[in-house]
This record gives sequence, C-alpha cells and structure tokens, in this order.
Amino acid sequence: MHEDEEKTYFWSGNEACAEAAIIAGCRFFAGYPISPANEIAELMAKKLPKANGIFMQMEDELASIGAVMGASWCGVKAMTATSGPGFSLMQETIGWGFMTETPCVIVDVQRLGPGTGQATKCGQGDVMQARWGTHSDYMAIVLSPNSVQETFELTIRAFNLSEKYRTPVILLTDETIAHVRERITVPKKERIEIIDRKKPTPKDRRFFGLEDIAPMPAVGEGFNVAVTASTHNEYGIRFTADPLIHRRLVENINNKIRKNASEIEDVERYNVEDCQVGVVSYGCTSRGVYEAIKEVEKRGVKIGHIRLKTLWPFPEKAVRDLAKNSEKIIVPEMNLGQIFYEVKRVACNVDVVPVNKIGGGELITPEEIFAKILEGGSQDN
Amino acid sequence: MVNRIEIRIAGHGGQGVVLAGQILGKAAVYDGKNALQTQSYGSEARGSSAKSEVIISDHRINFPAVRKCDILIAMNQEALDKNLVALKEKAILIVDSTNVHEIPQTKVRVFKVPATEVAQKTFGKSLYANMVILGALAKITQIVSTKALERVIRESVPPETMEANLKAYKKGLQLSNGSVLQGPN
Repeated sequence: MHEDEEKTYFWSGNEACAEAAIIAGCRFFAGYPISPANEIAELMAKKLPKANGIFMQMEDELASIGAVMGASWCGVKAMTATSGPGFSLMQETIGWGFMTETPCVIVDVQRLGPGTGQATKCGQGDVMQARWGTHSDYMAIVLSPNSVQETFELTIRAFNLSEKYRTPVILLTDETIAHVRERITVPKKERIEIIDRKKPTPKDRRFFGLEDIAPMPAVGEGFNVAVTASTHNEYGIRFTADPLIHRRLVENINNKIRKNASEIEDVERYNVEDCQVGVVSYGCTSRGVYEAIKEVEKRGVKIGHIRLKTLWPFPEKAVRDLAKNSEKIIVPEMNLGQIFYEVKRVACNVDVVPVNKIGGGELITPEEIFAKILEGGSQDN
Repeated sequence: MVNRIEIRIAGHGGQGVVLAGQILGKAAVYDGKNALQTQSYGSEARGSSAKSEVIISDHRINFPAVRKCDILIAMNQEALDKNLVALKEKAILIVDSTNVHEIPQTKVRVFKVPATEVAQKTFGKSLYANMVILGALAKITQIVSTKALERVIRESVPPETMEANLKAYKKGLQLSNGSVLQGPN
C-alpha cells in the first residue's frame, strides 16, 4: 500500500479491520481461531511480520488476551480478535486490563449464541457482554461500525481511544459487516490521526489511577514498577484492605471515561429535530433502517434516526434529543432486546418499540422496520 | 446511472461462485461504481450448495443482501430450482447449460452458456467454468467493463493459472456472440 496517496479497495470488514490496525500502529496480535473473526488473524499473520510486528497463534483465548496485555506493557500497541465464545473466555483478563489501565483493542465479531450457537451466522447479542462482561465497576468503551469503510475508521479510533485513555477498547462488529466486501477509500497517511500513549519522564513515579490519565512505562525502561490488578496506589503498591485507596483508584478509572463521555460518544444523526417517529440503530441492522426511512418518507411521515457508532458509554444526550420530538422510538436489533432497554431508560416518556430477530443470520429487512414505523398512531399521517 | 442491480451466483462448492462474485464486485469498483459482495456456503469444502451475491449501484448501497435478483447465474440444476422464485419480473437468467437441463416456464430472459463443457474441452477440467460464465455475463449485461474484469482476474488468481483463467474468460466473451444464447424461453 502506498501511504502517501488516497486509494480505493474492495475489502471485507475483517480485511479493513486488520489493515487499519496496522496503520494505527498495532505491532502485536495474539489470537485463537474462531468464526467469523478468522480473516483478521489471517491477515495479521501475513502483514505484521513485514511491519516489524509479531503475530502469535496461542493455545486458547485466555492465553491470547494475556499475551495482548503483556505486549501492551512492553510498550507495543496490541490487539486480539474473536467472537462470542472466545470473548466470554477473555473476560477475566479484560478486567485485569481495566484495573491495570492497559491500552489494547479487543475485536468481537458477533455471531449467534448463547454457547457455540450458530458459528457462521450474524447476531448482535454481545452488546451487554461488551459493557458488563467482566466483574465489578468499570466503564467500557465499545464501538460499533456499520460498513467496511467505518470498520476501518473505528478500528483506528479504537486504538486512539485506548491509548489516550489507557484502557481496553472493544470494537464490536458483526458477521455481516465482517464478511461483506465493499468499496473503501483509505485516506492519505497524513490525514489519519494516530494517538500514542503518554510516556513517563525519568522523574515520574506515579503510574496508576490518576484523575488525569497517568503516563505508562514499559517493561525494561527501568521504572521497576509492579503491575497488579489487586487494588494499588498510584505507585503500584498493593493495598488490598484500605477503603480509601480502593475507592479513589476505582472511581478515577471510571471517571476518566465518564468525564470524557461526550468526546467518546459518536452518533450519526438524521432529522432528529423535526420528526414524529424515531429510530435508534447500530451495526448491520442500521443498513436496513436507511432503506426503510426512504420508503416511510414517501408516505409523508417524518423520521428521525440516531445511529450509534459508540455503544458504550451510551450516547444518552443524542437519544434524549430524539425522544423530545418523537411519539415513539423503534429499536431494531438482531437479539432479543439489549440496547432497547437503554433507550427505554433514557427516553422514558416515549413509547419505545423493539424489533427483534435471531436465527440463521437473517437480517431485519427494511420491510419489517417499515411496518413497525407505520404501525399504530402514526399510520394516519 | 445504475440504481442497485442485484446479482446472485449460485452453484455448489468448488465451482468458484464465490471467487466469481468477488471478481465481479471488485471490477464494478474499478469502474467507479459502488459494489457490495456477500457469500454463503455449507460447512463442507466442496459439494454443498454455495452462493455469492453482488449488488452494483451508482448510489450508496444500504441493505446488504439480495432479496429479488435482477440477474441470476445458476451453475447447476439445484441452484436454478432453488432461486427461480427470487427472480424479478424483468430479470436475466444465465445458466450453465452443461449442468442445467430443465428450465421451467419463465417470463425472464434466459441465456444458456455451456460453461463447464467449454472449460472441460479447453482445459480438460471444469475448474474454469466460473471464468467462462463471467465472460458471458460481461458480454450479455455490460454491467462491468471488460477492461476492469480483466484487470481484476489478473489480480485475483494465482500466477500459474492466470493465463488459463484469462483464456476461459475470453472464451465466455466470445461464446455469448454465438448461437448458444437464447432469448425468452
């Protein structure tokens, strides 16, 4: 790839993810094979060695995420890619990553579960797992692309956010977006913003739980710091019974995300200020929504659409804006209702209507969304 | 201007329908259009049913699946029988007439291309039938330029089989000039 010019390709979402990761500066990938995420590992295995990076196929997902965390503490941008069952296995160490403030990117290409479910078929059932998969108090950043182009952009953003806020970031794609091939334009290199973690100066000794994000040393740089997911103070010393040190550490780890939520939250807004019916969608399902909106507008109904590019932190303000004008809000998802409950929580005065479909990877069609939009009171318009 | 042409290529695993779809989609992109391609197949590597879908448009492509085909390529009888209901009224149907023997009564335009037979006669194996079909498709529908198709074939196949693939593709281009093509069934 010539990095000094803009170029057009015909890539799958998984290809775009791997290419973007390398552009973002990822130089370590560890993973274990699983559908429908395999093409990411396949491409990383091919490309990383040529970019002076390391690809490791591990014995399982527990080892994979462990290797990613280790690489990150060696000063390298690191990533893994998996799907539901593998994502479940990684949860314990993802929690380690939140507590130690370890930047890394975890790609979950969603398929159908629970369990091994339908391994090659599309679903959107990991939305809550991506937010709450590991135990206790933390705030996850979760991004959700709806095209090959956006998979490229959000992969780079995932690395940037993880480096900026020193936290694991989850890129939550789905089988449809991962496997579809589309036209994609890769911008010139100088037009792509790349963020690297803050490094310590030789005098720095405070590396954890600071209100402003702490600088991150790497193994071998001589800072002799212990990295532990047990409660620790800003120097990395363990305090496993002190209430104040625990409170301060965990609150600060949460606050660095909460206080910057408006910067992290990203949505596509359509006609939010002047609508009768609202739609909140994300990922592959949003592609049918665009088509449904075109058809509904032909009937003279005004539709507003919030498409979530950031799932977590949940973009509350955007959804509240939509709720101000809408009589009802439709929430289509390829699960049995997950983001639906978030929309309901925020848009509490509005009728929130779920559209759910699971099985065989069948997408929610524009016709099904169209029917729900026109159902009930709005039909007379 | 092309407004969302939906194409389905159906056959069984090993017939190269997925590669044909990828090449077609990429060629459309090289022509400056938008294109989207998906694929699905059974868990066996060969023999189970396989299909590849391509959507080509000058506009943004939203819904990423084919519901009704403007163009159906059926590489065998089962593929035709299964997908006949998914054809639009004014669709184009292209069959590999080596493997498809019964074409039910239909109002769509039917083109019979003996792709597998041509591949077997030319190369001694049926492997290149997908390239013959791509050539015929380009000639019949002109949805992609032959220049872009040829470029993508060169990029997509292994160097040691490139000449054979290109030859098969050109056979397809020529075939569609001949008498093997048939109008409304």
